[in-house]
Amino acid sequence: MSGGLLSLRAWRDPILVAISLVALWQVLHEIAGDSAVTAPAPTLAHLWEMIGQARFLPHLRETGLAFLQALAIACGGGVLIGVVLGGHKLTGEVAEPILVALYSVPKITLYPVILLLFGLGMPAKVAFGALHGIIPVVLFTMNAVRNVNRTYLRAGRAMRLTPAQTGWYVLVPATMPEIFSGLRIGFSLTLLGTMLGELFASQRGLGFLLMTAIDLHDVKTILSIAVLISVFAIASNAALLAIDKHLHRGAAPEAPEKS
Amino acid sequence: MSKAGWIRTLLLVGAVGALELACRTGAIAPTMVTAPSKMVTTLVETLRSDEIGMHLRHTLSAVAIAMSIAIVGGFVIGFILNWVPFLRRAFSPFLAAYYAIPHFAFYPLLIVIFGLGPVPLIVLATLFAMVAMILATMAGLDRVPRVLLKTARIHRLSLIEEIWRVRLPAAAPHILSGLKLAVAYSFIGVIAGEFILSTSGIGHEIAFAYDNFDNPRMYALILFVLGIVTLFNMAVFAWERRMLRRRGA
Repeated sequence: MSGGLLSLRAWRDPILVAISLVALWQVLHEIAGDSAVTAPAPTLAHLWEMIGQARFLPHLRETGLAFLQALAIACGGGVLIGVVLGGHKLTGEVAEPILVALYSVPKITLYPVILLLFGLGMPAKVAFGALHGIIPVVLFTMNAVRNVNRTYLRAGRAMRLTPAQTGWYVLVPATMPEIFSGLRIGFSLTLLGTMLGELFASQRGLGFLLMTAIDLHDVKTILSIAVLISVFAIASNAALLAIDKHLHRGAAPEAPEKS
Repeated sequence: MSKAGWIRTLLLVGAVGALELACRTGAIAPTMVTAPSKMVTTLVETLRSDEIGMHLRHTLSAVAIAMSIAIVGGFVIGFILNWVPFLRRAFSPFLAAYYAIPHFAFYPLLIVIFGLGPVPLIVLATLFAMVAMILATMAGLDRVPRVLLKTARIHRLSLIEEIWRVRLPAAAPHILSGLKLAVAYSFIGVIAGEFILSTSGIGHEIAFAYDNFDNPRMYALILFVLGIVTLFNMAVFAWERRMLRRRGA
């Protein structure tokens, strides 16, 4: 594994993917025509123009704020709950099947309940985004805490570490890679949840813009916003994935199966 | 049942009971949450009326179509990608980033392309579910132990036989977990799509009841959807367990 080759490949793949995606888009446009799929160049120009407009920014800020708050709740709350569930065996065993069942249920059906509880607006979106993101974070954190190698803890005790020191020098480094993988999935799902929340019964935000664009049959705007969100999602995912890989490389020297 | 199982059952029963009590005493206003007993009675009433059958049929047929395409297509694509390293190298960056995209942002576009109806729902759910199946198939085939393939060669199995008798059974656990995800994702895709914008289906009925402040009906339908999906997931889960146990024995 030489570093130079790796970095070259690291750049080559995303660029090839981006080029082929744009090519695919162009082909779709040629097949479907302007009324269904607008061509890449005018759409991106439209997106650029939209971002410059003053009436677009409040929507972007609304979605961004909702997403950030939901993300903070999902990550903070998820890690906290996960540590408790992982640390206490019985609690974890009781909660895990419930969490797994909740994870695979279409949570969109619960959105009206959340709307009734929180009212229309920002808090409902935040709650819905957090609801999507928190479960994977909890599950991953729980597993990470459960699977901490007992030898490390015994070694810590042998060196007479205080509980705080054990936490900082043993538990945090040992669980970090797993927890971060959970946070990465939580990130994507929180974004999904926030967007879903905005697509239904909302008065502001990117999702609202998407829904008004349907009513106006404004394909250009729909595509622009979808592309904007996707680019944001893919770029952040790539960054998180890079950190994730780095953490896993450092922490697990005995990783057995890496095909 | 294990100790954890008992506590879990008690906990769930207690939670439902507490909710019932809070609703009956008026601690929680009926405009927010209706009592669980009322959800059940309304659900029975709703299921008796015949128009819900049509919505149920629409939803389930869309889910079934999306699920079948996703599972079969995902398996075939995963198999091909695993077989042809060149294609795999080309597609793996797509696949790695796939679930980071909030797919529902593309639902409006699908509506514009296919028109309002079952087609955009099926396309959305298929897109959502298929990649899980592709990834699982590839992961399963990757992890077929070398020694099994060598044994197959020693026994001079033909290619078809090798795939059918060695590769697929060895990859089955991963493929099954992909199947489980594909089932759950098809449900999520169809119901979420119906919820956002559609003219029929269970998701649409829930959204419609919400818009009309018809809380009892809304809660009854929510309960119904969660019940169906949980039952379905549990059935697949039980099937997977039985299969794994048989392999272990």
